[in-house]
Amino acid sequence: MTTYLEFIQQNEERDGVRFSWNLWPSSRLEATRMVVPLACLLTPLKERPDLPPVQYEPVVCSRPTCKAVLNPLCQVDYQAKLWACNFCFQRNQFPPAYAGISEVNQPAELMAQFSTIEYVVQRGPQLPLIFLYVVDTCLEDDDLQALQESLQMSLSLLPPETLVGLITFGRMVQVHELSCEGISKSYVFRGTKDLTAKQIQDMLGLSKPAMPTQQTRPVQPQEQAFVSSRFLQPIHKIDMTFTDLLGELQRDPWPVTQGKRPLRSTGVALSIAVGLLEVTFPNTGARIMLFTGGPPTQGPGMVVGDELKVPIRSWHDIEKDNARFMKKAMKHYEMLANRTAANGHCIDIYACALDQTGLLEMKCCTNLTGGHMVMGDSFNTSLFKQTFQRIFSKDFNGDFRMAFGATLEVKTSRELKVAGAIGPCVSLNAKGSCVSENEIGVGGTSQWKICSLDPTSTLGIYFEVINQPSAPIPQGSRGAIQFVTQYQHSSTQKRIRVTTIARNWADVQSQLQLIEAAFDQEAAAVLMARLGVFRAESEEGPDVLRWLDRQLIRLCQKFGQYNKEDPTSFRLSDAFSLYPQFMFHLRRSPFLQVFNNSPDESSYYRHHFARQDLTQSLIMIQPILYSYSFHGPPEPVLLDSSSILADRILLMDTFFQIVIYLGETIAQWQKAGYQDMPEYENFKHLLQAPLDDAQEILQARFPMPRYVHTEHGGSQARFLLSKVNPSQTHNNLYPWGQETGAPILTDDVSLQVFMDHLKKLAVSSAC
Amino acid sequence: MNVNQSAPPVPPFGQPQPIYPGYHQSNYSGQPGSAAPPASYGAYNGPVPGYQQTPPLGVSRAPPSSGAPPSSTAQAPCGQAAYGQFGQGDIQNGPSSSTVPMQRLPGSQPFGSPLAPAVSQPAAVLQPYGPPPTSAQVTAQLAGMQISGAMAPAPPPSGLGYGPPTSMASASGSFPNSGLYGSYPQGQAPPVSQAQGHPGIQPPQRSAPPLASSFTPPTSGGPRMPSMTGSLPPGQGFGGPPMNQPNHVSSPPQALPPGTQMTGLQGPPPPMHSPQQPGYQLQQNGSFGPGRGPQPNYGSPYPGAPTFSSQPGPPQPLPPKRLDPDAIPSPIQVIEDDRNNRGSEPFVTGVRGQVPPLVTTNFLVKDQGNASPRYIRCTSYNIPCTSDMAKQAQVPLAAVIKPLAMLPPEEASPYVVDHGESGPLRCNRCKAYMCPFMQFIEGGRRFQCCFCSCINDVPPQYFQHLDHTGRRVDAHDRPELSLGSYEFLATVDYCKNNKFPSPPAFIFMIDVSYNAIRTGLVRLLCEELKSLLDYLPREGGAEESAINVGFVTYNKVLHFYNVKSSLAQPQMMVVSDVADMFVPLLDGFLVNVNESRAVITSLLDQIPEIFADTRETETVFAPVIQAGMEALKAAECAGKLFVFHTSLPIAEAPGKLKNRDDRKLINTDKEKTLFQPQTSVYQTLAKECVAQGCCVDLFLFPNQYVDVATLSVVPQLTGGSIYKYACFQVENDQERFLSDLRRDVQKVVGFDAVMRVRTSTGIRAVDFFGAFYMSNTTDVELAGLDANKTVTVEFKHDDRLNEESGALLQCALLYTSCAGQRRLRIHNLALNCCTQLADLYRNCETDTLINYMAKFAYRGILNSPVKTVRDTLITQCAQILACYRKNCASPSSAGQLILPECMKLLPVYLNCVLKSDVLHPGAEVTTDDRAYARQLVTSMDVAETNVFFYPRLLPLTKSPIESTTEPPAVRASEERLSNGDIYLLENGLNLFVWVGASVQQGVVQSLFNVASFSQITSGLSVLPVLDNPLSKKVRGLIDSLRAQRSRYMKLIVVKQEDKMEMMFKNFLVEDNSLSGGESYVDFLCHMHKEIRQLLS
Repeated sequence: MTTYLEFIQQNEERDGVRFSWNLWPSSRLEATRMVVPLACLLTPLKERPDLPPVQYEPVVCSRPTCKAVLNPLCQVDYQAKLWACNFCFQRNQFPPAYAGISEVNQPAELMAQFSTIEYVVQRGPQLPLIFLYVVDTCLEDDDLQALQESLQMSLSLLPPETLVGLITFGRMVQVHELSCEGISKSYVFRGTKDLTAKQIQDMLGLSKPAMPTQQTRPVQPQEQAFVSSRFLQPIHKIDMTFTDLLGELQRDPWPVTQGKRPLRSTGVALSIAVGLLEVTFPNTGARIMLFTGGPPTQGPGMVVGDELKVPIRSWHDIEKDNARFMKKAMKHYEMLANRTAANGHCIDIYACALDQTGLLEMKCCTNLTGGHMVMGDSFNTSLFKQTFQRIFSKDFNGDFRMAFGATLEVKTSRELKVAGAIGPCVSLNAKGSCVSENEIGVGGTSQWKICSLDPTSTLGIYFEVINQPSAPIPQGSRGAIQFVTQYQHSSTQKRIRVTTIARNWADVQSQLQLIEAAFDQEAAAVLMARLGVFRAESEEGPDVLRWLDRQLIRLCQKFGQYNKEDPTSFRLSDAFSLYPQFMFHLRRSPFLQVFNNSPDESSYYRHHFARQDLTQSLIMIQPILYSYSFHGPPEPVLLDSSSILADRILLMDTFFQIVIYLGETIAQWQKAGYQDMPEYENFKHLLQAPLDDAQEILQARFPMPRYVHTEHGGSQARFLLSKVNPSQTHNNLYPWGQETGAPILTDDVSLQVFMDHLKKLAVSSAC
Repeated sequence: MNVNQSAPPVPPFGQPQPIYPGYHQSNYSGQPGSAAPPASYGAYNGPVPGYQQTPPLGVSRAPPSSGAPPSSTAQAPCGQAAYGQFGQGDIQNGPSSSTVPMQRLPGSQPFGSPLAPAVSQPAAVLQPYGPPPTSAQVTAQLAGMQISGAMAPAPPPSGLGYGPPTSMASASGSFPNSGLYGSYPQGQAPPVSQAQGHPGIQPPQRSAPPLASSFTPPTSGGPRMPSMTGSLPPGQGFGGPPMNQPNHVSSPPQALPPGTQMTGLQGPPPPMHSPQQPGYQLQQNGSFGPGRGPQPNYGSPYPGAPTFSSQPGPPQPLPPKRLDPDAIPSPIQVIEDDRNNRGSEPFVTGVRGQVPPLVTTNFLVKDQGNASPRYIRCTSYNIPCTSDMAKQAQVPLAAVIKPLAMLPPEEASPYVVDHGESGPLRCNRCKAYMCPFMQFIEGGRRFQCCFCSCINDVPPQYFQHLDHTGRRVDAHDRPELSLGSYEFLATVDYCKNNKFPSPPAFIFMIDVSYNAIRTGLVRLLCEELKSLLDYLPREGGAEESAINVGFVTYNKVLHFYNVKSSLAQPQMMVVSDVADMFVPLLDGFLVNVNESRAVITSLLDQIPEIFADTRETETVFAPVIQAGMEALKAAECAGKLFVFHTSLPIAEAPGKLKNRDDRKLINTDKEKTLFQPQTSVYQTLAKECVAQGCCVDLFLFPNQYVDVATLSVVPQLTGGSIYKYACFQVENDQERFLSDLRRDVQKVVGFDAVMRVRTSTGIRAVDFFGAFYMSNTTDVELAGLDANKTVTVEFKHDDRLNEESGALLQCALLYTSCAGQRRLRIHNLALNCCTQLADLYRNCETDTLINYMAKFAYRGILNSPVKTVRDTLITQCAQILACYRKNCASPSSAGQLILPECMKLLPVYLNCVLKSDVLHPGAEVTTDDRAYARQLVTSMDVAETNVFFYPRLLPLTKSPIESTTEPPAVRASEERLSNGDIYLLENGLNLFVWVGASVQQGVVQSLFNVASFSQITSGLSVLPVLDNPLSKKVRGLIDSLRAQRSRYMKLIVVKQEDKMEMMFKNFLVEDNSLSGGESYVDFLCHMHKEIRQLLS
């Protein structure tokens, strides 16, 4: 076991890949019977400080349909200077540059430790990064002020050659021209009218007469810059202008009458931003950053009318099919998102408002383009400010932790096909021999576009074993998968990262034990959760839960050890032991439960769930609970109501929230002010410890979690109480005695009950 | 006959009724009495009298005379009126023998008619009626008359004696003719008339029914004639009169002379000739006019020679073959006379139906209950009582209203009356506003509406006792009870959306395309605006104007400017979505000038720089206006857009236009399309503008065709103005443009106005001309209205009017003042009503008439070919004059052209209208020029149309230098120019200085600062500033002329025999124009011909 754990960890660290199964069932039928699909979580740009990119381009297989990259798994004939593609078995000549190749003089990509390798492509123009700010001006003054400061701050963080642009919107949409001096100039668009890219281009005066002679020449950066110069300018040129512009941002001047929402043309503003970039810098890394303080209330993409008496849609409305604008708005944003994705740009949404802002409708924009979605109460909170700042954080090389316009291509060996991917990507519709007909997630392709990536962006990639039992795979042979990620590095370089992995095939009939041992329950839980969440976007909540339950029961039936009809006899091996618990918490998680969450919140949670890496995803599924006491060092404790004790301080991390909870006694002590007495310094330290730990988590996480400091009986304690397993409720409190834990007032089933049912069902022969 | 005489006919005529019965009877009796005559008589009478007298007659004769009945009615009144004037005449007539009266009657018919009824004499009665009908009919009547006279004379005359005498008197009244003729013995005269009547009658009689058959009748007439003559002494009389007067003399020779006269006047004499008698008759009719001599006017013309009647006619006719221009009515003379006669005393408006002095006369007005002529002028101050009369006379009944006219400083502007929360007092039924004509009754507790007769309660707070005359005791303390013009403060009920209006806004919208930049226009304009903004109109003593301003520039896209006072720099906002225009900002777009001065100045400084390098040549137009309108809408205020535009809007946008100018269309049926807008976009837009109270003033600076016809739609419908500066060059046109701009910006305007003209029962406003929009048939909606804007309103009868109560007009204008105050301006005017056509003709205003006719024609060309419009005008004019000739003028030779005194300038002015560029374009006149002129005329007032159509030509060097008064004008004809003089010509738009080739060098030197004529630069637009009396005087004169006109007139110096002279000559409207327009003399002949055709 340990070996597998180590193996898994090693692989994750080296390749950023975790498979649900690390031994692959060798036939299709068997694979499907294993319930959890063969899939992996891939973090394409996992930070690898130990992996400097190589300064040349990859060698690819010459077969046009294959084009796999030379990798350590390839057989190489050093004499003939040939290599055989391990995917299509095509024999390829090495390029002339590899003339000196020999067994002792191998290029990096042939060495086993470089199963993941990054190439730098030197060709092509290097275009600066582009940041287009799209700013809502229907904000309260202090909010606007805070936002201005944040934007100013971001300017100072960007490299001077970065191109920036500014679009502001309220009732109208203004595209600010940055080049002119003296008078500040902006192009104004009606907030209620959708425009095609062509119209936007015409209206902004960007259409240039066709210049065929010049087009044939290699793209000239100057020329390109000229076209767009008016709206997108390098920071170093227009630093002052831009600062002034931001400084002079006024609240939307159109009067808002009592009982109305301000008219906010988010839909058109985004459309124009997308159109502007589409025309000026297609296929160049660019971020559209949308800062909005409320729901779109007019024009295409409107989410709610401007009458305050009509509240924004709730889940209830959606279920009752009562959300008038939702479908149309979603269509609008989806269309925008697809266009943006096609251009290789991404959209971030920073929505700060107390009420919903329409993230549900706009989620496509971020989900399909890999942009960030940040939700806060106000721009004037540290949550937003720090989150925003974190976007511009830099890695060990001093580069931004962001990459643009990536395409991920997956190549598989013959026994496998790609069924789909779930993550911040769109399909590129690349049909090929390794594309499965069976779609899971975004399928039907072997290539995806990920417009924006950061080192933690993780995709779930699902495979299908297609080998028929009639054609058994030779013992000891391995299946291989190659992930080729081409992207624009934040240093504006074009890079290609290639990860090639291989796993052994195993016969389920004979090697079930081995396969069981090779099960990665964490990865499996996350991958199943992604599937569930993906389904939840389009299906009714209960159906998804039922599906998850059935999958879990089938898995238990398959891999549990039990006597038929005897629940007490049910056992799961260690490799599966945590899986049901993950599923229990997943069922209760906001990703699948919409109760108590607004549609926006659901979208927000799901957005992050679909892109975080395995560790973070697990935290989201099952929050971590630490307990601090005088009895010893902090220890992780069960996420259970029984862990809530009077003399403990609890620190809960749900990814989205960090909750520090003082037990009843501790809280009393604190009120009594013991921490200020020198003789109780240890108490002071005890109080401080979780704060420090929380700080640590806060520092590292994006987006900033909501930080909650509460105590027994505090209103905010609900954050904790809603997460823990309700092992003690008002129904069963007394049998457990008064000493332990806190009762949760809920009718939700506890883990114990859940497990009991699971066992019963698993051993039953009925299903 | 029977039918005619039968009672039925009678009723129609209200007044005559009592008389008629008797009359008829007498007729009857008379007729029967004379058995023999009856037959012939019947024939004659039948057609004639019955017809004219009353509808019933018409019935009998129905087919032929359908047109006649009305005329007859009309005549009756005329007769009466005339009568009244000459009361004494009756007596004289009385004494005269029965035959005489009879005879006279024919002559005097017009006058006598009313009386005649009273008289018992049928003949007399008939006669009066007779005249009024169309010429043919008239003659017929005459014949009838005579016959009847012949027949009846004996019996009734004596018996009825006096009744008729009066009629006779009337005849005698007409006699004044005789007076005129002086030499005529009364006795003779009548015979003459009879005789005349006879001959004339016969032929006409026959002819009358079939109008066309002028020839056939003669034959039939021939035989009768003799009988007639035979029966009567007329024959003698006949001879007599000719003897006396040269004209007549000639006439006996069988009309040849008259004919010749005619020929002299007209081309068509020949036809006249063949039927000599008819011609003759005509003459007689003509003499009629003179007969009417009693009219004061007439007296003078006669002796004066200007009249055409006999005197001038006879001498000239044959020999010269051409009229002596000096003998035809001279506008200059008329203007001069009016100035001398009426300029000295103030015009007091207390009396109903007073004709005000001419617009060319300087006079003061004292408002004593009727609106000043500066506000309202009418075509006639005496309205026919019935529509039949009105139709017969063809004189349009129209009022030219200038509700916000500027008054000279000596006259107080209208008082503002505040009735508090209850608002102005109005009639409950017709909603007319309280005015001096309202009758208070029941001790002041109620008042009767003078318009609809509804009786209304007087609200307690308005109650006041009446004095012994029935007037309210406080009448003199209340403007609305004592003045013709005053204002009410409107309450919130009179405001849009029941909210008091916000102060209006001005938005300057500047074309910044390549053309505008290149000509320097933008720089000039921006520079000017900086200072001009300090002179926005303000109300009363307000310290600063309440008006907010905004700025937009545009080419293919629009640029709005945020000039909020808190900004350090203006912000430009570009709207490229011209297809769906909107306003990008609210706060900061319309600002107070003083608060945002720094930002505005900065903006105006920068605009020329920003676009200095523009390459954009395409412009949009409709979106520009729409943007301004939307801005006002967003700001919830009314206002005005100043659009400075250079080129045809060809950029892709709503209202895009194409160049459709096509000179080939001129004089075709499709010519009208040149004046119609290309697209309906602008109408729709204008409608929206009007709803918002958005007035558009358009300044055009075209280098080529810009389609003024289409671009002017919005300004036109929103009460705006258009200024056009073709081929604008800063050096040449700067002064003119800036001057116009200054005046346009500074002038006082009312916004969001609705004007309604209410009339007393009997007439109704039916048609409106001017720059405004109408969404229904009664309310004139004006987004903006300035002091120069004029609305011409035409009235029609819908019932009969009453001589006693007259006709009342009340023009109520609801508007927002430039300070944002909602007000009602009321103008009241009372007119007389007449039953005699002569009264109508005596109280006409030709200038106003021309104003109406020009507007009518200029609108007509939108729908009909220009030729049709011209013909209509001529026909109408001919009908007016023919009607006069037939009904009001004393008999005279057909060759004589007799014009009513008040309308003697009608032909010359009408000719000017016909020759104007719009109706008769010269080769060098562009379509845009015509459309522009058409647009201008539409909202011109009477003074402007007067000088526009008949330019003023002032000799500069003739009067002594010391004299401070304006030199007397000369007639606009080349013949009047002496090559040793310098003349100045102006028509309100253009200003020329014409220099004769042999002007003294000294004069040239002192005016142009060059040594000789040849050194004067042709086309010079400025006179050098020289320190000598002549130069000062001329420049002073030019300045004062410019000050008189609402637009700056650019000066052009033209040298005799120079190329430029062609342009100048175009304004010498009495001459033949290059493009074929007739000279005054030719046109007069033409007119005469038309009239004669109508009369025959």
